[in-house]
This record gives sequence, C-alpha cells and structure tokens, in this order.
Amino acid sequence: MKWLALIALALASLVCAVMLGPSHVPTAELFSSPIVRDLRLPRALLAFLVGGALGTAGASLQALVRNPLADPYLLGLSGGAGLGAVAAIALHLAGPWALPLAAFAGALGAMGLVYRLGLVGGAELDPRVLILAGVAVGAFAAAVTTALVSLSDATELRNAFLWLWGGLSGASWDTVRVMAIYTPLPLAVLYAAARPLDLLALGDEPARHLGADVERVKRRVYVAASLLTAAAVAVSGVIGFVGLIVPHVMRTLWGHHHRTLLPAAFLGGGTLLALADTLARTAIAPRELPVGIVTALVGVPVFTLLLRRWTTA
Amino acid sequence: MDDRLILALAGVTFRYPDAARDAVTDVSLAVRDGECVALLGPNGSGKTTLLRLALGLLRPAQGEAAILGRAAALWSRRELARLVGVVPQREETSFPLRVRDAVLLGRYARLSPWSGERPEDRAAVERALAQCDATDLADRWLTTLSGGEFQRVRLARALAQEPRALVLDEPTASLDVRHEMELFERVRALVDRERLAAVVITHQVNLAARFADRVLLLADGRAVGQGTPAAVLTRETVERVFRWPVAIEPFDDRPQMIPLRQPLP
Repeated sequence: MKWLALIALALASLVCAVMLGPSHVPTAELFSSPIVRDLRLPRALLAFLVGGALGTAGASLQALVRNPLADPYLLGLSGGAGLGAVAAIALHLAGPWALPLAAFAGALGAMGLVYRLGLVGGAELDPRVLILAGVAVGAFAAAVTTALVSLSDATELRNAFLWLWGGLSGASWDTVRVMAIYTPLPLAVLYAAARPLDLLALGDEPARHLGADVERVKRRVYVAASLLTAAAVAVSGVIGFVGLIVPHVMRTLWGHHHRTLLPAAFLGGGTLLALADTLARTAIAPRELPVGIVTALVGVPVFTLLLRRWTTA
Repeated sequence: MDDRLILALAGVTFRYPDAARDAVTDVSLAVRDGECVALLGPNGSGKTTLLRLALGLLRPAQGEAAILGRAAALWSRRELARLVGVVPQREETSFPLRVRDAVLLGRYARLSPWSGERPEDRAAVERALAQCDATDLADRWLTTLSGGEFQRVRLARALAQEPRALVLDEPTASLDVRHEMELFERVRALVDRERLAAVVITHQVNLAARFADRVLLLADGRAVGQGTPAAVLTRETVERVFRWPVAIEPFDDRPQMIPLRQPLP
C-alpha cells in the first residue's frame, strides 16, 4: 500500500513536470509538442534520476558514517565539484561538457582525497575521520574556489555560482542518456550492500561477528555513493537537502532496513526533485529559481519539524 | 581429529602495532561443544584480545588459532557467523530498531544478498526469542528495554545465528543479581541441552567458578592457570593476579572468593 502510494506519487510528479511550465501547452498537444519532447520530458527525467541518486546516496552514507545527519555532500564532494567548475570557467574551457566534466573531476578528486585521509591511522574507514576529512577538504576547496573568483573578472563566474546552487536547465536527452547508463551500476552496488548496511549500524566489530565483511562493504558503499553524488553534481550542480530530507522521511515511513529504505529513498528523492524543479521553473516564470534554493526552502522547514519530533520522542 | 573441538588456540602471541609489550603471550585454549569456559583476569590482561585472536579478527604473531581444525584467518566472516554467535561487550544503536528486527540481524550470514527472509529465518528468530524468554519483547523498540532485557535480546540474536559456539564478552557487566543469574543459568542450559560450546569473559570470579567447566586465568597477557575452577582459583593465585587479599571458601563444591578488607596506604 505504501509502495503503491509512493509509485503513484512518483508518476504524478513526472506528469506534473511534463504538463506544467512557463509556456502553456494544451493537453491535446502534449505528445506532439517539441517543448515537451525536447525540453520538459528530458528535464523531468533528469530531475528524477538526480533526485533518486541523491536520495539513495544520502541514505547509504548515513548508514556508513552511522550518523543520521549525513548527506551526500558531507564528504567534501560539493566543494570539489565547485572548484572544478569554477576552474573550468576561469581557464575558459569551452564545449557543452566542459563544465560538467570539470565538476565531476573535482568531485572525484575530493572523494579520493577524503578517502585517503579516511584511511589514516589504520586500514579502516573510520566514520569520524571521514567526516572530519570531508569537512576539511570541502573547506579547502571552497577557499581555493573563492580565491579563483576574486582573482578573476570573468562575468561567467556569476553563472558558475548560480550553476553551483543547482539547476537542471542544462538537461537534454544526452545528459539523461549519460545518467541512465551511468547510475544503474553504483545503485546496484548500494542495493547489494543493503543488508550489511543494517549490520554496520551496530558498529564495526558487532557487524563482523554477524558475518559482514566490514571493510569491503564500507569501501564499496563509499565509492558507489560518491560516484552517484559526483555525477549528480556534474549534471545539475549542488542540490542540497534532497539527500538529507528524503532518507529521513523514508526512515520514518519504512524503518531502517536498507533493503526497503534504499529503493524508497530513490523514488522519494526523484519525486521531490521533479516537483521542486517544476516549482523552480514556474514560480517566477519566465525566470528560473535555482532548484537548490527551492529544495532548501522546502527542506529547512521539514527538517526543523523532524528535528522537533526527534528531540521530543 | 577431534570433531568436538570448536575453538582452539595453540601458543598464540600478539602485540598491537606500536604497543610496548605483547597483549597476549603464549596462550593456549581449547573449547569443545557441551563445555563452558570462563576467561578471567584483571582489566587489560588480554581477555578480549584473546577472543579476537580466537575469532580470526586478529592474526597471532606466533602460534595458531583454529576453528573446527581450520586456521581462523581462512574463514570468511560469513562462514564464521554461522558457527559462532558473539554477544560483544558494546555496540551502537545508530538507528532505532524493534526487537524482532534486531534479532533478525542474526540471520544475515544465512541469507543471500538478493533474497528476502524465508520462513525458516522467521522460525529461527521466534525460536531464539523463546529460548531467551524474550517473545513478549518482540515488538518493543530496543531503546525502551532495560539492561537485563537488552542482554536477553542480544543473546537471542546470537542464537538466531544457529551457532555451535557462543562467545560472551562481559555479558552481565551492568545487570542486577537476578538478571545476572538468569543469564548465566540460560547460557549453562544451552551448553547442557543444546551442546553448544560457550566462552564467557567475566569479572565475576564466583559465578565463573560456579557455572564454568574450566577457567582460564590471565594476567598481563599470560595464562596463570587453566583447568577446573577448584584447581585454578586458589587463594595464592587469585591474590597474586588481582593484587588484593582474598579468602576462598567452598560452596556447592566450587571455590568462592571473598575479597578481604584492607586499609589503603
């Protein structure tokens, strides 16, 4: 029943995203309109894929670092992606894929650095060290980014900053295709790790006693969740709160079994971002809000409500 | 080949990286099914390290650790979890769980990554809950349990693994007398009726003496004595290991230790 409702909601969000927009498309022409075919449909699908990726990555990382406040950017990926994007603009790299590829490279660089730091002092990925390393790398990347911006006078940098706040205006069938080919592998790796993630919540040693190969699970989850997040950042900038709020809502509805939580977080994340992007496109049409602002405006109140529920429970 | 021999340590020595001295030096231990062995010793004497060695979580620098005759390091965590159920000293509760779901975690090593829980898994969970008198707790949240209830649930989780051996690390550390006795009685009954092997780390010298078939007494990583409680727990040995004067009195044919009063210098 819950699943049916969630799937219905997911489909409804896609229908909404296709039907609504700054220019009016009569219902009869939905299937023939080039606006729908070339703009709204790929954009809706991309929003859904990115939201799903962020929701799943967030839920997995929360289990990995045993902290319900973790989100996909906790480990410095947003800072790395921002640095990559701004560097690409400052260096005048041209081409439609220059910005996403540079952001992706920056995110992967941050991921590698945080991962390496997470191994300091032993062979294990210690959650506390990971979080500290993520914060440190993110802060460093942000400092370099700001330095680049202040040294440069390119007007495109404003665009880079707006892009970093998240936006799906770059959506095309090409980006949808890239994401549709790219995301299934890391998603499958995370689903395969769902049961050991349940055990990880008990701590490393209790999880080992119950049969989990803790090091391998941690490495896989870390790499898969980071790859998902890096791709999401590359095609749509830093869209906050989806990876934090959605796993939380799904945890209250579905409990903490990651076998059900991860698919629910994917559908929930996709739904939220498809709706948020629809709002971002239509709220102040013909201009657009960065979708990251919409998710934050929706996310922060929801988050405070959740926080209150927790502290009273 | 002794097929009743489940856990075996032969002359193991281990030192943690950067440590000044060995955590465990030349210790041997054999645990068979239908047998309860207690590990005794002061804080930091190497009890938990010895268990980690026995379970293949650490590799001995010297000596051998074997489980069912095969080197402990060669077992995968998954294979081992079907053989040995552990109640660790501490664990985290990062996300709230209901008791039945917590016990179901014990089935992990018997489930394939893609399939759901089978009827036999649910049956094993109910059986384990019943064995620990925890059926009534099944729908409660873990965070609402008392200390004694929580330990019952953790023992049930270990039993849901359907293991041949149980390992308990200070299982009664924060329990009152009744819950402490219940836990030891329960473990002893499992050893006698189900022929499980049990290894219990404890600071309760007197309970170890009454419930264990054998005790291994450790001091500074070395085995000071190993054998029946009566043979090991003599006044001289206990006073030397724990560095406190005691009297030893027999009760039910088992030695019982009474710490004596002594003014501090």
